[in-house]
Amino acid sequence: MELFGVDIQALVSLLQNPFVRGIGGALGVVGVISIAVLILIWAERKFIARLQHRYGPNRAGKFGILQTLADGLKLFLKEDITPKNAEKITYTLAPILCFSLAMIPFVAIPIDRNIVVANLNAGILFIIAVASLSVIPVIMAGWAPNNKYNLIGGIRSAAMMISYEIPVGLAVIGVLVLSGSLSLIDIVEAQRRGWFIFPQFLGFMTFLIVSFMESARPPFDLPEAESEIVQGWTTEYSSVKFALLMFGEYTHAIFTSILIAILYLGGWLGIFFDSPLWLALKTLIIMLFLMWVRSSAVRVRIDQMINFGWKFLIPLALLNIVIAGVLRIVWV
Amino acid sequence: METVLLNLGPQHPSTHGVLRLVVELEGERVVNVEPVIGYLHRGFEKICENRRYIQITPLTDKLDYVASMSNNMAYVKAVEELLDLHPPQRAEFIRVIVLELQRIASHLLALGSIGNDLGMPFTLMMYTFREREKILDLFESLSGARLGYNYITIGGVMHDLPFGFPDHVLAFLKELDEKIEEYEDLIYENEIFIRRTEGVGVLKPNDAINLGATGPVLRGSGVKRDVRKEDPYSVYHMFDWKVVTGDKGDCLSRISVWIKEMKMSSEIVKQAIANLPAGNIREKVSRVIRPPEGETYSRIESPRGELGFHIVGDGSTNPYRLKIRSPAFCNLSVLPHIAKGVLIADLIAILGTLDPVFGEVDR
Repeated sequence: MELFGVDIQALVSLLQNPFVRGIGGALGVVGVISIAVLILIWAERKFIARLQHRYGPNRAGKFGILQTLADGLKLFLKEDITPKNAEKITYTLAPILCFSLAMIPFVAIPIDRNIVVANLNAGILFIIAVASLSVIPVIMAGWAPNNKYNLIGGIRSAAMMISYEIPVGLAVIGVLVLSGSLSLIDIVEAQRRGWFIFPQFLGFMTFLIVSFMESARPPFDLPEAESEIVQGWTTEYSSVKFALLMFGEYTHAIFTSILIAILYLGGWLGIFFDSPLWLALKTLIIMLFLMWVRSSAVRVRIDQMINFGWKFLIPLALLNIVIAGVLRIVWV
Repeated sequence: METVLLNLGPQHPSTHGVLRLVVELEGERVVNVEPVIGYLHRGFEKICENRRYIQITPLTDKLDYVASMSNNMAYVKAVEELLDLHPPQRAEFIRVIVLELQRIASHLLALGSIGNDLGMPFTLMMYTFREREKILDLFESLSGARLGYNYITIGGVMHDLPFGFPDHVLAFLKELDEKIEEYEDLIYENEIFIRRTEGVGVLKPNDAINLGATGPVLRGSGVKRDVRKEDPYSVYHMFDWKVVTGDKGDCLSRISVWIKEMKMSSEIVKQAIANLPAGNIREKVSRVIRPPEGETYSRIESPRGELGFHIVGDGSTNPYRLKIRSPAFCNLSVLPHIAKGVLIADLIAILGTLDPVFGEVDR
């Protein structure tokens, strides 16, 4: 088959080459996620604005849809300031790491039965491992600029990370018990008999709450609590570096939403037909929930948050594992 | 454990203006906090010594810039006491109406910004500003200005009420009563909000009195004290209303005092409009006022508490000395005592409930 003199078959077979597949996949992921982030930031601002009795962005483009792009370009034109006493290498490395670590998990996320960049047979482990790494750039950004607000933000992030990574791991175990596989594709296919949100409701709740912490969104936006510590771990960053940090942070929200959709809401499985569109729709609904909570809850205090993680979420997740085990014996 | 010294402000998102807090931190815990003020000092009291009595009124607008009417009133009342001048009844009623509307506007602002301080960016604030905007519109129709009104003048008020003003006010108050229920839902029904404010920054009644707290901060601690009742001025004695208090003295009590006071103010305005007498709105006062030699201390209940003006007159056209007792300053000085051993997040919440306005703190 030929199109404009290019052999399509040869082009597809080129994807078998791991190197080409890697480069192509990386470019695809970054491109798709970037566009998704641009649109979702606009959607969030518009949605929250309507909840708050105001219009939101409405100048750049139709309905202000180009606002995020304009803001991004503005940030790129700003002066890139490095504080005098900053640890230069760490300071510069943090935004790059933050951005790339936020992008990496997406390569292992399947959007359809056959569409995935890297089909790992322990995909969920890989994803959780990389997601845990994402706290490292935050600590770096907190420490490097030699600013107390940054430092407090970074330390808060580290303290939070310890208390949410354990419940999230425990919550996922329930899904693994029911599906009997670590591969995300198998997990979704195992949900043909029923979405895991029903037998795994406690796990779903744990994961949903943790997704607020993981993406550092209100009410758990402690690392960048603007009314307390100015901008937290991003205080001293400006220009492109700030854009990268914000971009990376926002990507976490999409990442956790997509993971919830895959683990608990049946991924691409839908009524009548299976399609990546179902996955997109489910992700969007969870994103809307995250936005809704953002505009109606106040920030949790750090000690309350850690108490909540250790004393409430972990027992809940443990109970969830018991339920999953019982269901596995009785139901499967 | 080693402590870290952190400068919060003077440019910080939630210091309500230009306040600098030197905070000694032990991890996240506040060991010591010292407010540093003076970034908005304009030498107000000294300027007044070089102005004629009538020229000082517009200056007072810039004291507590979210409650200009109250400042006008406090100053004007002091001068009227010095002159032994009694404004006409209609003027006094109009004063009460605008003062109570101003109290509602000020409390709405405070309530909105506490939402920001606690980390609910702009939701509560946009809601409260929606109502505050309507009060500003009413004041604009009354005086032509939205922020510095210069409306209450020596001898009465500047202009009579515009056509239809009482009806507009009543319509607004009806709307406000409904909206206040919305705020109550957003605050009292919100588990995280309650957890963040209940039992935080407790100010015991005795401490509140000893530290000189006034206004909603004092009443939040359960002390039933309000200048409008203790030392009635204008025509407040003619209305049927109660002093509202909180019970625990924590942040939530202070917030609840704001909400209850808005309801009470709404009642007072309704009564004032129902009984609004006809007549003159201003006593005849000569252009250049020369009060007799003597001094006076006069106080009113501003939205933030007891606002007093001490004026010493030497028989000339200018005051010899003018001293302002500002409630925001007194309330701010409570902060170091109740913010010991709390977390940074609580410090911000406590500061928000003390509701300082720096035009008035620094003068």
